[in-house]
Amino acid sequence: MLYWDYAAATPPYEEVVQTMEQIMRLHYANPSSLHRAGRDAERLLARSREVCAAALGAAPHEILFTSGATESNNLAVKGAALQYQGRGRHIVTTQIEHPSVYESCQQLQSLGWEVTFVAPDSTGVVDPAGIAAAVRRDTVLVSVMHVNNETGAVQPLKDIGRLVKAANHRTLFHVDGVQGFGKLATELKEWQADLYSLSAHKLRGPRGVGILYVREGVSLFPLLTGGSQEQGGRAGTENVPAIVASAKAVRMGAENREAYNKQITPLRERLLAFLSGVPEFTVNSSRDGAPHIVHFSYPAVNGEVMARKLEELGMTVSTRSACSSRLAEPSRILLAMGRDAAVALGGVRISLGDAHTQADIEALEQALLSAVQALKIVERGRD
Amino acid sequence: MRENRTEAAEGRGSSIEYADMLLLRFGEFTLKGKNRNRFEKTVLRHVKEMVKPYPKAVLSKEFGRIYVTLNGEPAGELAEALRNVFGIASISPVKVSRSEFDDILAASRRFLEIIAPPQGTTFKVNARRVWKDFPHGSIEMNKLISTPLLQGYPGLLVDVKSPELELKLEIREGSTYIFCDQIEGVGGFPLGTNGKAMLLLSGGIDSPVAAWSSMRRGLEVECVHFYSYPYTSELARQKVVDLARVLSRYAGVIKLHLVPFTEVQTSFTGIGQDNLIITLMRRAMLRITTRLAEREGALAVVTGDSLGQVASQTLSSMNVIGRATALPLLRPLVMMDKSEIVELSQRIGTYDLSILPYEDCCTLFVPKSPTTNPNLRIIEKIEATLPGYSARLDEAVTGTETITITPYGDEKPQDLVPAQSGLQEEWF
Repeated sequence: MLYWDYAAATPPYEEVVQTMEQIMRLHYANPSSLHRAGRDAERLLARSREVCAAALGAAPHEILFTSGATESNNLAVKGAALQYQGRGRHIVTTQIEHPSVYESCQQLQSLGWEVTFVAPDSTGVVDPAGIAAAVRRDTVLVSVMHVNNETGAVQPLKDIGRLVKAANHRTLFHVDGVQGFGKLATELKEWQADLYSLSAHKLRGPRGVGILYVREGVSLFPLLTGGSQEQGGRAGTENVPAIVASAKAVRMGAENREAYNKQITPLRERLLAFLSGVPEFTVNSSRDGAPHIVHFSYPAVNGEVMARKLEELGMTVSTRSACSSRLAEPSRILLAMGRDAAVALGGVRISLGDAHTQADIEALEQALLSAVQALKIVERGRD
Repeated sequence: MRENRTEAAEGRGSSIEYADMLLLRFGEFTLKGKNRNRFEKTVLRHVKEMVKPYPKAVLSKEFGRIYVTLNGEPAGELAEALRNVFGIASISPVKVSRSEFDDILAASRRFLEIIAPPQGTTFKVNARRVWKDFPHGSIEMNKLISTPLLQGYPGLLVDVKSPELELKLEIREGSTYIFCDQIEGVGGFPLGTNGKAMLLLSGGIDSPVAAWSSMRRGLEVECVHFYSYPYTSELARQKVVDLARVLSRYAGVIKLHLVPFTEVQTSFTGIGQDNLIITLMRRAMLRITTRLAEREGALAVVTGDSLGQVASQTLSSMNVIGRATALPLLRPLVMMDKSEIVELSQRIGTYDLSILPYEDCCTLFVPKSPTTNPNLRIIEKIEATLPGYSARLDEAVTGTETITITPYGDEKPQDLVPAQSGLQEEWF
């Protein structure tokens, strides 16, 4: 079985597993405790913060640990909206955000906030001018993802940040960086990002840890209360083993970025070229997308049928964002890109990791061809 | 500490970044005939210690002076470190040139360019021909150098009596030293040349200042700290280690004795005379320190007492407390105001550490109204009848941990509670 779902979850580094195991055994004490063991655990957290800050080009006190990117995104969007509602009750985001941002915005909408959802073009990229045009005097937050989790489309963050700040310098800029970190350069200062979300388990780290960069000077209304952990920004006993292991994954991800790109880019280009050559497929990813995501549609059948067929042939793939793939509905993102319902229903996402080889791609291509042939018979029979 | 440096006069540059050598002058002890050699050697050893982090710098000694040839090491940083060496009166950043007339003139010109004296600066050249084979005499050189310099800098005014800028030239065989600025050093006596004493280091503002003042008078000090775990925390003990580390910047190395004081201290709480606890405690500290002094060969005890500051520092208290030791008690701060002490501690660099809010053993079990006028006979009677008193003092001495602290080290006391497992860098 070959695993092609790195955008959903990644196998942790062996070192990450070892770190987790050792720290679980040794440092079970609560970092908030005053005793020696507690202070030892607190030191591990402090060091983790330093390591993550260094990888992001930030200061340690700007790093907040959460339970995952979903929490990071919820805290960024709702925490900023609630904290700064005195400035206004308007938010700008895109139609292609991850559900944790998208639905946080919808929640705020139901509480009376106004939200502008900006549409992408047909390649899945949003126009910075379109974002900036939506920014008003009462716009508290703009939230745009770095890399789209379904298509791999890369958003022009530097232009967006510049234009947003020019339109309203008080508007905060949140970037959901989950699919971008370790693949593309992370340039918080150049983007003028005030908030930035990450998830460790997309970086070959452990499950259960998210990172939220909160630029110095920005404060968020806490969503979880009941303790002064994370400088009062997020109550709850810190997940020390997973946080340390995540710091390791973040550091390795930043250090390995170039080698990763070198390994994976030719594989993606080959796969894109192959998919374009199969007349039954519509390719939804563009060549200048992120190096690890290839998305195509087989409009004849639902994406999940194709995914099951590929699994039968030894290939593990997803239909779209793992967070919404159990819904037999057309992809919101593909619809926003102007695809018709059949294409939007027939999506398949292949996401690569640095363990993949040319031989694996070869095997995947064969499986895709077999799947199309098998499904075509069904299709014909249905006519 | 005296006001520290003769800053480069207003509005001009400093010669320090142009320097390739530092000239260190000895202080008042140069008057003391017999001991002079020993004193100078001590200063040299101390300078060597301070120069250690700068491996390219080379030292040489001559009558009344030490030269530090920089070889590219940062002049400013080194001067800042060396002016804290006890016994150094002043430091001059020096430009070294070959002892050829043309070279001396070129280097002098460049010197003036760096300093860039503003219009109207009064000026003179002060040449001294040490090497008699040099073709021009001292007075002749003054003129030969100053004339072209004044032509190049029409804004300079000659004033041979009290110039604002005095360019000094020392013409020696092989090389000529050119300098003008003089950075004032801390002065005093070389480290340890006046013997050794034990110092009670509490963690407050006063005792580190007392330590520094003692060291400046040539006294070597070993610090003694009393802690009462678990009533005081490990953080309080770490704070004292950090204070000793600051002091080691002046001493090169500092010995710190950490005395477990819990048993002694708690034994005083049961006697029903709470207002005497402080007196009893201070006397116990002196007794233990005296024992440590005998062991370490120290001849005095230094405290940070300042007359009248707290109950234990009234004259009556000092009288009763001081009788617990036969050693001379030195109190460098005894007549100083608190504000002066605070100012000194800020200059020494101990203030920010001293004000960290950890409870130390002196603030523990403090009665509401400690006596300011203890009765010696009552105190002695209590001590004589307190069961196990001397055994507890013995235990405190035996349980004392001694660590040697250096400015750039990370010496730590033993953990009172063993660490489960430290931080392993490979986890990250």
